[in-house]
Amino acid sequence: MSLKRIDLLICCGSGCISAGALKIKERFHAVLSEKGLTNEINIIETGCMGPCDYGPVMVIYPEGIFYKKVTPEDVEEIVTEHFMKGRPVQRLMLQDEDKTIAAHKEVPFYQKQVKVALANCGFIDPESLEEYIATGGYEALGTALTQMTPQQAIDVVKESGLRGRGGGGFPTHMKWKMVHDRKEDQKYVICNGDEGDPGAFMDRSLLEGDPHRILEGMMLCAYSIGASQGFFYIRAEYPLAIKRIKQAIEQAREVGLMGKNIFGTDFCFEAEVRTGAGAFVCGEEMALIHSIEGERGNPTPKPPYPAVSGLWGKPTVVNNVETLANLPTIFVKGAKWFSSMGTETSKGTKVFALTGDIKNTGLVEVPMGITLREMIFDVGGGMIGGRDFKAVQLGGPSGGCLTAEHLDVPVDYETLKARGAMMGSGGVIVMDDQKCMVNVAKFFMDFCVDESCGKCPPCRIGLKQMYNILDRITKGEGREGDIEELQRLGETVSKISLCGLGQTAPNPVLSTIRYFRNEYEAHIKDKACHTKVCPDLFHFKIDKSRCIGCSLCSRKCPVNCISGSREDKYTIGQVDCVKCGNCQDVCPVKAIDRIPGVHSDVSAHKEEMLKQKARED
Amino acid sequence: MYQEICSKYAPDKDNLIYILHEIQNSHPQHYISEEAVQTVAEYLGVPANHIYGVLTFYTMYSTKPRGKNIIRLCESPPCYIKGSENILRKLKTLLDTEVGETTKDGCFTLELCACLGVCGNAPVMMINNDVYGDLTEEKVEEIIEKVRRG
Repeated sequence: MSLKRIDLLICCGSGCISAGALKIKERFHAVLSEKGLTNEINIIETGCMGPCDYGPVMVIYPEGIFYKKVTPEDVEEIVTEHFMKGRPVQRLMLQDEDKTIAAHKEVPFYQKQVKVALANCGFIDPESLEEYIATGGYEALGTALTQMTPQQAIDVVKESGLRGRGGGGFPTHMKWKMVHDRKEDQKYVICNGDEGDPGAFMDRSLLEGDPHRILEGMMLCAYSIGASQGFFYIRAEYPLAIKRIKQAIEQAREVGLMGKNIFGTDFCFEAEVRTGAGAFVCGEEMALIHSIEGERGNPTPKPPYPAVSGLWGKPTVVNNVETLANLPTIFVKGAKWFSSMGTETSKGTKVFALTGDIKNTGLVEVPMGITLREMIFDVGGGMIGGRDFKAVQLGGPSGGCLTAEHLDVPVDYETLKARGAMMGSGGVIVMDDQKCMVNVAKFFMDFCVDESCGKCPPCRIGLKQMYNILDRITKGEGREGDIEELQRLGETVSKISLCGLGQTAPNPVLSTIRYFRNEYEAHIKDKACHTKVCPDLFHFKIDKSRCIGCSLCSRKCPVNCISGSREDKYTIGQVDCVKCGNCQDVCPVKAIDRIPGVHSDVSAHKEEMLKQKARED
Repeated sequence: MYQEICSKYAPDKDNLIYILHEIQNSHPQHYISEEAVQTVAEYLGVPANHIYGVLTFYTMYSTKPRGKNIIRLCESPPCYIKGSENILRKLKTLLDTEVGETTKDGCFTLELCACLGVCGNAPVMMINNDVYGDLTEEKVEEIIEKVRRG
C-alpha cells in the first residue's frame, strides 16, 4: 500500500450500508478516477463507527473531519472542495445547537465513551490483516502462547473480572477453568454470534468491523482451555459478518496464525463458521450446540453444562462475541487496567445499542457503572423532538423496563437485576411519553411466543396465554383480575421453564406492571389508552371550532364515515371508524384530535349488538 | 440437481443446515421440495421426518414455493416503535398481497421476521441479502420499484 495524501474512511457497517454507504463509495471511486486523483486518495471501507442515526458517515484524515448523512450527490462537492481545494464542506458537518463540529473526536456522541471491544471498529479496514496487526493485533496471542501457561492465562481473565457479555453475566474465567480441568483429548470453543435480541446489534458490528479481534479472542480461550477446534455460530441473517469471519480465518491461516504450531509453539488450532437458519432460541448455548450438530435448535436440561458435555458430548466453552472481543486488550494492557474501570462486581466496559426515540441511535461503549441518564442524555443526545422520557427497555425481550426515577441508577449486572431489568446483551430501547406500555409489553410477548421453540409447556402454553390476556386488554376487553393473572402466570413461567428464553420472557410484562400498573388499570377499568396508541381504546374527534369544512378528511376516509358540509362542518361516524388516522394526517388545520377512551356511540352500539345476539339465541 | 448439491458436503448430519440452505438458494422459487427432502434423507442416511423436523424448526426455510425476491420486514419492537406497522401496510397495498404470500406475478414474497440487527436505522427490511434502513412509505415505493425492474 503506497502512502497517499488523504485517507477517506467510509463507514460500511450494516447501518450505514442500509442507508446507502455503498453507493457513496462507488460514487467516490467514479469521481476520483474522473479527476485523476486515485493515486492521491485512499478509500477505506471500515466497520461501524457508532452513530447510526447520522449515517452514512465518514471520516477524512489527516484532519479527522467527520461528515454525516452524506448522499451520492454530495460526493462531487467533497472531492472538488475538500480534496482539491482544502476547504472542508461545512454543511455536511455535525451541527450541535449553533456550533459546527468538524473533528471526529469532538463529536459529543463519543465524549463519554471508552472503546475497548470497539477500539478498531470504524478505524481499520476489517478485511485487512495488516491493519489489525498494525493496531497491536495478535500481540496478546503471541504473549500468551510464548510466555504463559494456560492456567496463567485463565488467571489473567480471573483478575480482570470479565463476565459474559451475552446476557447472563457468568464470570468468564469460571467457564474456562471448568473446561480446562476436564481431562479429555478433544475440547471445543464456540463463539456465540447468534445475536437475536431485538434492539441489540453489537455482535454484528464487531464481527463485521473487527473480525480478527474476535478470532484472536477465540484463540486465547482455546489455548487456555486446551481446545484445538473452534466454531463461530453466526445467524444467517448476517451475511456480511459470515463473509468477514471466513475471510479472517483464511488470512490467519495463510500467514500461519492458524493451523499447526502457532508462534512456533505446540498450540494447534482450526476454526470454522457455522450458520443458523433463523431461530432466536439458538442463542441459548445448548440449543446452539444442537443446531451446530444439525438438529432442531431445542434446548436441553442443564446440567450437564456444556463445560462437561457440550458439542458432540465434549467439554465446550461458549463465549459471546463481545466477551471474546475484550480479551486481546485485556492481555495486552493487563487485567489491572481492565478492572480499574467499572463497579465492584461489573468490571470493564460494555457495548450498548441505543435505539428507539433517542436522538443519537447507534453503538456506544461506556464504562460499567455509568448512569442511565449519562448514557441516554449525554451520549444518546436525549429524546427526539424534545419529548419527555418515559421508559427504557434494557436487555431486549428478556429484560425489563425502567422509568425516569431510575435514570441515576448505575448500569451494572446486579443493580439492573434488582430493579427488574437486566443487562442482557446490551440493547437499550428508549421510549418517549407517546408509547403505551401495555402495547409494548404485548409486542415483546408476541416476539417470545413466536420464538418459543415449543419444547417445554410453560413457555409454549404459558406465554401464549399471557399474550392472549394482553391482547384482550389492548382491545378493550380486559377484565377485573387480569393483572393478577398475568403476574401469576409470569412468575410460574419464569420458575419452571427449561431455558433462559422462557425463564426471562415474562420480564417485560412483569416490569411494566410493576412500574406502569396505572396504565394497565386504565385499559381494563376505564377502557382508555391515555397515550392514544391502542386503536380500540381511543377515538378521533373533529373540533368544530377549528374545522374549516374543507372536506379533505371525508374524501380521504377509506370507510366513508365522515360526513358534513362547509357550513355545518364535519363529524366522524364513530361506529364505522377504523382508526386508520388518515383524517388526522390530512387535516390542514389540525382540527382532529385523538381522545382517550371508547366513544359513547361505540359502547352503545356494542351493547345493542350483544342484546340482539342474546335475543337471537 | 439435489444429488449434486448433497455431494458437495460430507454425508454427516451436521451438514444438514448448509445443504438445506444451498438447496433453497439454488431453487428459483426459494423453497425445499418434498423431492429434495427425500434426496437429502437418503444421502445422510436419516429418516425424512428428521429432515422435516429440522426444516420446519427454522424460520428461514420454506416448504412452499416463493417469489423471485423475498422481502423480510422486521417486526421487532425497535422497528415497531419507529413505525414498522405503517411500512407493512404500505407493502401490503403496494404488492397487493398478505404476509406469507407471493405476488401474482411471482416477483415478491412478503414475510415478517425477527430482529435484523440494524436497529439504529429502524424500521428496516431485507430484500434477499440486502438491508434497507430508515424506511418511509415513499422510500419503500422506490425500493420495490427498483427491485422489480431488477
